[in-house]
Amino acid sequence: MNERIKRLRDESFNAKPSFSAERAALTTEFYMEWQGRVSTPVLRAMNFRNLCEKKAIYIGEGELIVGERGPRPKAVSTYPELTCHSEEDLRVLDTRPMASYSVAEADADAYRELVIPYWRGRSMRDRAFAEIPEDWKALYEAGLFTEFMEQRAPGHTALDDSIYRKGMNARRAEIAAARALLDWGADPEALAKDEELKAMGIACEGAISFARRHAEAAEAMASAEEDPARAGELRRIAEVCRRVPAEEPRDFWEAVQTYWFVHLGTITELNGWDAMSPGHLDQHLAPFYERDLAAGLLDREGAKEILSCFWIKVNNTPAPPKVGVTAAESGTYNDFTNINLGGLRSDGSDATSEVSFLALEVLDELQLLQPQANVQLSARSPERLLKAAALVARRGSGYPSLFNADEVVMAQVGMGKTLEDARGGGTSGCIETGCFGKEAYLLHGYLNSPKLLELALNDGVDPSTGKAIGLRTGKPELFDGFEALYAAYERQLAYVVDVKVRVSNYLDRMYAQYAPAPFLSAVVADCVSKGRDYYDGGARYNTDYIQCCGLGTTTDSLSAIKTHVYERRDLAWRDLLDALASDWKGREDLRLLVSNKTPRFGNDDDAADAIAKRVVGSWYAAIDGRRSPRGGTYHIDLLSTTCHVYFGLKTGATPDGRHARLPESDGASPAQGADRRGPTAVAKSLAKIDIARTGGSLLNQRFLPKALEGEGGLRALCSLVRAYFGMGGHHIQFNVVDTATLREAQRKPEDYRGLLVRVAGYSDYFVDLDGNHQEEIISRTAQEGF
Amino acid sequence: MTSGLVFDVRRFSLHDGPGIRTAVFLKGCPLRCLWCHNPEGLSPEPELLNRRERCVACGRCAAACPLGLDPRAEAGSPSCAACPDFGACAEACPAEALQLVGRRMTVEQVMAELRADYPFYEESGGGATFSGGEPLAQPEFLLELLRACRAEGIDTALDTSGWGERALVLEAGGLADLVLFDLKLADDARHEAATGVPSGPILGNLAALVAAGANVALRLPLVPGVNDALGDLEEAARFAASLSLGMKVHILPYHDSARGKYALRGRGYPMGAPAQASPEGMAAATREAARVFEKAGLAARIGG
Repeated sequence: MNERIKRLRDESFNAKPSFSAERAALTTEFYMEWQGRVSTPVLRAMNFRNLCEKKAIYIGEGELIVGERGPRPKAVSTYPELTCHSEEDLRVLDTRPMASYSVAEADADAYRELVIPYWRGRSMRDRAFAEIPEDWKALYEAGLFTEFMEQRAPGHTALDDSIYRKGMNARRAEIAAARALLDWGADPEALAKDEELKAMGIACEGAISFARRHAEAAEAMASAEEDPARAGELRRIAEVCRRVPAEEPRDFWEAVQTYWFVHLGTITELNGWDAMSPGHLDQHLAPFYERDLAAGLLDREGAKEILSCFWIKVNNTPAPPKVGVTAAESGTYNDFTNINLGGLRSDGSDATSEVSFLALEVLDELQLLQPQANVQLSARSPERLLKAAALVARRGSGYPSLFNADEVVMAQVGMGKTLEDARGGGTSGCIETGCFGKEAYLLHGYLNSPKLLELALNDGVDPSTGKAIGLRTGKPELFDGFEALYAAYERQLAYVVDVKVRVSNYLDRMYAQYAPAPFLSAVVADCVSKGRDYYDGGARYNTDYIQCCGLGTTTDSLSAIKTHVYERRDLAWRDLLDALASDWKGREDLRLLVSNKTPRFGNDDDAADAIAKRVVGSWYAAIDGRRSPRGGTYHIDLLSTTCHVYFGLKTGATPDGRHARLPESDGASPAQGADRRGPTAVAKSLAKIDIARTGGSLLNQRFLPKALEGEGGLRALCSLVRAYFGMGGHHIQFNVVDTATLREAQRKPEDYRGLLVRVAGYSDYFVDLDGNHQEEIISRTAQEGF
Repeated sequence: MTSGLVFDVRRFSLHDGPGIRTAVFLKGCPLRCLWCHNPEGLSPEPELLNRRERCVACGRCAAACPLGLDPRAEAGSPSCAACPDFGACAEACPAEALQLVGRRMTVEQVMAELRADYPFYEESGGGATFSGGEPLAQPEFLLELLRACRAEGIDTALDTSGWGERALVLEAGGLADLVLFDLKLADDARHEAATGVPSGPILGNLAALVAAGANVALRLPLVPGVNDALGDLEEAARFAASLSLGMKVHILPYHDSARGKYALRGRGYPMGAPAQASPEGMAAATREAARVFEKAGLAARIGG
């Protein structure tokens, strides 16, 4: 990396996230003046345009790609119309040890005097919680599930290549044409569509204004600049910002800046969960790269520099500050921008290009929290791509993760997408499958499967509180066999999912009605032609995911009961239930019996794997195919992100030998320490599950660095991935770090500030994790090569 | 069906032949190498390990013992050896304090384990490795396994000391896709002192195997004070080069990670504490050994 990039990188790395009231104050003032005078979509669009016209413009020294969401790098905007932080929240954010945001006095004042008085009782969160029924609250507080939309807008949006082909002015023309075509004579929704389309047009104007203001600022800076080289760069920045995103980009630099302006637009508008991803960035940029290189406008290093500048920009935008359960389930600055590399073109050919390798180099050199990158590996992808990815992954940061592109396509086709659209899709957020630029796939929160089993073992009572929150499914001692127990688990599952989905649908409608996203809608396929908002079924495809957690813990617990209570009969129900109630106190022998003498998931043992398959089948049956009010369909994901730690805190001892309050198994991985037959056995176990029926799975594998040393180690890693994907595996990611290093980092965090480790569907700095997460990562089985 | 005594099956084995392999460790070895890192593979009988620190005193082992002994105290004793259900106590032990080392497995049972990772062998050019102990010490079992693998298209490596009947060595070496043949020390008497058997028959077997066209790679465990003298290395290199120029030689630097295994058996570590075994010293000695073999016209590399 050159001097410029090194400096910008270090500035970004060292900048402390801070809380910015800029957006909140502008939005509040705007709402005070305008609410009630125009329709909701138009109000939202005008607010967006107002932000674009008024927010502070930042162009940093040496930057080539410009634009910040807040007034400066890592100054994080807030969204009081969704969640209005209280004064207490601000105090907590400022002082909490993990994922803190420094709050300046002026920002706290703005909140106290302007923002809080207006939004208290008006924010989406306040309104929703006033309406949400008690049964939901009881399950939510007990830790049966979380709800993404309780304080952030729905997200998981990745774009296709349309923004590089069509500028904002062309979109405005299309929007105008769609308005002209409205059938006021017969269409009862004509008014709603007209307002929505009008809003999209206003939002496009906002994005153009935002860019123009950067052009003006750059020109002013250029005239005052003494260094002629920098003055030239600033004039070039101005030229780029005059062009895009109003018109389509003509070269690599303009293309990257186009994406960044659109990204900033969407995260200024609402910053839905998992912000925003460029999708197949290498595919989108490759034509510009090749053209510029051929024309002599750019060389490889120049392209890498621009790409690095973009990378740093993404790192400058931490996630908006979360509070409450949502902060507990996902306490990270990472906002999950996930760049897809490799994969397939829409005609099915391999899409790997030189830009794929450039991006891997940038990822490797910068070692930043964001953006993350993944490699979409198809059977058609060249070995060179896998090897390059494995080389970066082996260095230990956990980046990039690897996905089976063919399986990602198959899963989408199975959910009803066309083959071409499915190939244009990929992975966003952590591991979530979606069709880029054409789909609204909303995540509704995590489901705590081990806790469902706990309810089934306690006749619907939560043993942590003594409250009867589930169904009365009977006392285990009276079950006439394993099937009766399993039926009780399934009944708790169906009940909890019913309660959850009703509220998810309610929130879904709340966003459609009160927080539409006209700018996002303008850049996602079919919203314009349908005249509907992204949050209201406007996208071509609409999907709702519930992320099911604790597959390993649930499987092993069921397997332990089946094996010991019913088959070997060496464990009586009463003894097991008493041991669970006392967290195995005085019954270490029973705890060891169930943990060591039970077929467990992750060992290629059919007895355990059949249970895992059955559990996933039950989740699928309870969730898949439910209709959502946007016209979408619910599906399952096998993903826990970091929620398995939060869920673990809410769940007592489990029959697999896990102690109360310890983390549950993560993603679709085996329980920590349960997999004892090496990574191939883990892969085999996972591959028995029909992942193509889900929206994705997450498999963490931790290796000792020594295991993967040398050319042989690298080849083994590549072969492991290829073979796993050949069996239908969907995703795999690696931590290559030994326990001694992690312990040393705990002792001397200041020496290990840059140690990136794979946490969930993303990496995080190890020293930025709280103690529970650190221990969870250390407790993962470390695979050796023998 | 033929069966044999196996003390471990390890999947994702990366250092005993090419690619991703499953290593099957056959129990029993006629050699007694001072540096042996698999002492649990020496005896041709099943054994019980007793990791007392893990015991939670639940009494399940005593309840399971057909002889009515208390295995916590008597596991591994002579009376225990006559047990009609040897290992029942370990099976019952929830804490894995008592562990059975050595399980009788049929060829089919081993093949089922090997088949499980077939996709990984195929992708990586890997396969099965038969190691030990000394696999040649269970000849019928070994030959049947090699034949079964051949029939199913599973690549095989035979990891051997080379100590065995000439005919057996040739037959097994002919069935295996690769023979990882230990070359420890050419000198007959000193070989016997360090391993318990003379080197003559081993070197003869090696020569015969190479002459028969088997695919042989030599493995030289570089052990301080035993075979790391320049003269010894040169002699071994000369011998290897006389058989086949360009033959692969893997130099395996000595490590004492097996020390704990000896302690667990209540035995002293036969190597004691070799003077030159510092990591830097070992790395330098290993590079030097590799140079000696390279100079003699062999393809030396460090590690498995």
